[in-house]
Amino acid sequence: MVLEFFRKQKYVTVKADKERRDIPEGLWVKCSRCSEIIYTKELDKNYKICQKCNFHFRLGARERIEMLADAGSFVEYDSKLKSGNPLEFNGYDEKLAKAQEITGMNEAVLTGEALINGRHVVLAAMDSRFIMASMGSVVGEKITRAIENAVEKQYPIIIFATSGGARMQEGILSLMQMAKTSSALAKLDQAGLLFISVLTDPTTGGVTASFASLGDIVIAEPSALIGFTGPRVIEQTIKQKLPEGFQRAEFMRQHGFVDMIVTRDKMKQTLANILSLHAKED
Amino acid sequence: MPSSLEFERPIIELENKIDELKSFAEEKDIDLSNEINKLENRAEELKKSTYSNLIPWQKVLIARHPERPNALDYIKLLINDFMELHGDRLYGDDPAVVGGIGRFEGRPVTVIGNIKGKDTKQNVARNFGMAHPEGYRKALRLMKQAEKFNRPVICFVDTPGAYCGMGAEERGQGEAIARDLMEMSALKTPLVTVVIGEGGSGGALAFSVADRILMQEHSVFSVSSPEACASILWKDGTMAREAAEALRLTAQDLLELGVLDNVIKEPLGGAHREYNVAAKLVGQEISTQLNELQQYSIETILDNRYKKFRAIGKIG
Repeated sequence: MVLEFFRKQKYVTVKADKERRDIPEGLWVKCSRCSEIIYTKELDKNYKICQKCNFHFRLGARERIEMLADAGSFVEYDSKLKSGNPLEFNGYDEKLAKAQEITGMNEAVLTGEALINGRHVVLAAMDSRFIMASMGSVVGEKITRAIENAVEKQYPIIIFATSGGARMQEGILSLMQMAKTSSALAKLDQAGLLFISVLTDPTTGGVTASFASLGDIVIAEPSALIGFTGPRVIEQTIKQKLPEGFQRAEFMRQHGFVDMIVTRDKMKQTLANILSLHAKED
Repeated sequence: MPSSLEFERPIIELENKIDELKSFAEEKDIDLSNEINKLENRAEELKKSTYSNLIPWQKVLIARHPERPNALDYIKLLINDFMELHGDRLYGDDPAVVGGIGRFEGRPVTVIGNIKGKDTKQNVARNFGMAHPEGYRKALRLMKQAEKFNRPVICFVDTPGAYCGMGAEERGQGEAIARDLMEMSALKTPLVTVVIGEGGSGGALAFSVADRILMQEHSVFSVSSPEACASILWKDGTMAREAAEALRLTAQDLLELGVLDNVIKEPLGGAHREYNVAAKLVGQEISTQLNELQQYSIETILDNRYKKFRAIGKIG
């Protein structure tokens, strides 16, 4: 024990630099792909894309809408809708409260209507900071209502998906939201209205297996993880490592499930072009 | 009985004793009917008390019982002139999904089911009932065909879930399931789904956007397997028993949560104890539901189908 104390260590411990800790949090951020240190304001100006490696940082739902909607045009739907704890699942109330605190949102999806280059659209954006944007009753309900609103107003709808899948804590009720949202999309389809699904990092599970895969046009952000089963579970199941790039946006385009990959700086223009091609009044 | 569940064992032991006593009595030509009767009554009571007090995890075990009748058993017992139809016309034929046409009580129907095997060899061939995208696409093809020829569709659900593998992802597992959900919601023919064992996640839901969802009394239906739920939420797959409790996955739970239309009784001790009785009860319920649905126009059926799923879920 005592000798242990005098023994030369094989590694050197470096004490954390005091000054480094004094940098106000959030002023600089490190790119999780290329480790480039980026000035936060620069990153925000560049649609949260790393200028060095094109890595797309994850976006909150509100930031997403702000980047897309014409200034001041967004009118939110159902902002007050909140989840209960229908199965009285242990710890779920606390989880919801924490997610609400982090995001300032009541649930994992933001829905509403807005203008994109002057054209009316219904918009929905999911937020992965809210319990991995898993889909429970309220997420399903908000998306369904957004689709129904689109049908009623004869607007196209754009949904920005990101999700870990169905929300475990609401059990079968979560699973059934897949059926509910897909049924609503069948109505939209019958009404001859456009649905653009934009898949962002990560989109998996029950969301991939329902509305997110049903777009007339499916767009993905570069290198977004898109799949049904998450890579960790697949690796556990098949007991081997997955190849590089498996289930990424580029892989999904190659396998025929994504129409195009669009970087975030070109997203608004691309969407506006698609909307224009489908405009009824023109 | 080669495989029995732990809580079944006392019953099975007692039944074996009765059998022994019977053959002994016969052999030696002694009248033991009094004793045998007494024991039979006891066995009956034991069964009743055991099966009316099952905890969710025990229901999961019965739902997964290797000898539980599968879709092909029900097809054999309920569908006349069944012809299996193969393939999705896009990639291949998925042996984890069985589909075809035949007659149910005289009327032509399309039947689709998840299918597990009963032993290891069969299970390997059936991929343990876990379908690939081609399975969901085969089902969709047969449903569209049923729509064209105005045949009702009967679906039997029994799967741990959609398969988690590389090929499944490459061929679009998510898209295949999503397409089934959307198309079923608008399919212009009556749909009746019966959960006959394990209803696991999206793989089970893909056959469940139906006008009537029915479950056998010892079947389960859940957002994920209890093992997966435990490992996702508590990072501990061994807590499946607790997860089964928390997920509210029994037929009785689903009826309460407004997801189910009806629970179908099983013979005492579970469907695996008496195939004929189980099939008869399933057949009667399907018949009742199809007859009821046939009174409505297809517009009303579609409208009600939409409303049914529209209403599921609970807001704060």
